Amino acid sequence: MLAKRIIPCLDVMNGRVVKGVGFKGLRDAGDPVELASYYYEQGADEILFLDITASYEKRDIMIDVVERTSEAIFIPFTVGGGIRDIEDIRLILSSGADKVSINTAAVKNPELIRRSARMFGSQCIVSSIDIKRVYVRSEEEAPDKTVLETPQGKCWWSIYIYGGRKMVDLDAFKWAEKVTDLGAGEIVVSSLDFDGTKQGYDIEFLRELSRRVSVPIIASSGAGNLKHILDALTIGGADAALAASIFHYGIYSIREVKEYLAENGVTVRI
Amino acid sequence: MVKVAIIDYGLGNLRSIKRGLEKVNSRTVITHEKKDIRDCDGIVLPGVGAFEEAIKNLRPISDEILNQIGDGKPLLGICLGLQLLFSISTEGGIHKGLDIFKGRVIRLPSNVKIPHIGWNTIKILKPENPLYRDIPDNSYVYFVHSYYGDIEDKNKIISVTDYGVKFPSAVADSQVFATQFHPEKSGRTGLQILKNFVSILKS
Repeated sequence: MLAKRIIPCLDVMNGRVVKGVGFKGLRDAGDPVELASYYYEQGADEILFLDITASYEKRDIMIDVVERTSEAIFIPFTVGGGIRDIEDIRLILSSGADKVSINTAAVKNPELIRRSARMFGSQCIVSSIDIKRVYVRSEEEAPDKTVLETPQGKCWWSIYIYGGRKMVDLDAFKWAEKVTDLGAGEIVVSSLDFDGTKQGYDIEFLRELSRRVSVPIIASSGAGNLKHILDALTIGGADAALAASIFHYGIYSIREVKEYLAENGVTVRI
Repeated sequence: MVKVAIIDYGLGNLRSIKRGLEKVNSRTVITHEKKDIRDCDGIVLPGVGAFEEAIKNLRPISDEILNQIGDGKPLLGICLGLQLLFSISTEGGIHKGLDIFKGRVIRLPSNVKIPHIGWNTIKILKPENPLYRDIPDNSYVYFVHSYYGDIEDKNKIISVTDYGVKFPSAVADSQVFATQFHPEKSGRTGLQILKNFVSILKS
């Protein structure tokens, strides 16, 4: 049976891990390759690097990280952040990454998803979607949007680009369906409402999305405890859960997460 | 140290498979030259990309690969590399493959999410096959694919995996082995499988 995946996410700036924390046995917790190797040994199913390097000129540093990672770990890894065009995708994939995740560039130019999926295969094109809830009193306030009832009230979900800085007036479900049609092989959902809150993933969004798209969904943002991850994978129907701080700060090990999931009936690779 | 020729047909990155093979003590050469295919102890046919493009790029050297296999040189096909060994693929039209394994490459059923991405288990049917030495039944390996090889001779299936359908996750015929999953992305289990392949080259 297909296992649910646990994916540590590493934010990388200028070739260094942001929020890097020292683990026993790590020589350099700031080295993305070393941290990725650590998580590989711990049983991570995949690794995601989010390159938050501001300067485009410094992106060759990330290429070096990708090359070294592909020689150090024997599980798949994805690189996202700042990818603009086909050439960026080609460079990252040919440097050894298994997948790229694309966010802003796809919103600005959806054809990028279609072209890259056709060129490199859907399996390596991941659509990353930043979402944020827009609360409304009634459906009439947002006639062309998907309005759902949540414990926090009625809302629809808008998408954001430029690392959560710019809202786009686009229904997140419709956008997700569109990227799937264009050929994205997976969707990473990051919630700006829940990111960093440790309140849990946006379960209502995930649950509806998993009904509406056929590709694997990776839940991101908000994991504070083990139950949050369990809920995202069960109630939310996600195929994988991505987490950063709970791993980086050593709150839980990957093994602990997986053992908890297995005890609760979720198929995981241990 | 044995030498493995990793066939480069111009698609995708070969860094992980190269590094994986080196980690289990073999020398590697990434190549599309007939000479290297003749001079090596074993061949790896890796797999990324679409069937049509891959088989087109492979044609100029396919006779040499077939010659070497005919002489008993071991070959390991991985993912698309497995599919290329089949008679026919139905991915993006009908395309002829290398016809080492009789059968058709067909799409996974539509009742499951496609592509099949992630860690799934292998039900080992031929535990005595050298490729699966020291691999426990139901081990997890990493898959990324939308098509699979529907082999005619079921006796050549060494493991199956369940994803909407029980499909052959690995097949073997004497010295030719092929996995639908990626051993180079399958953690320790995958490295053990690569190690087993390298051991086959030594024997």
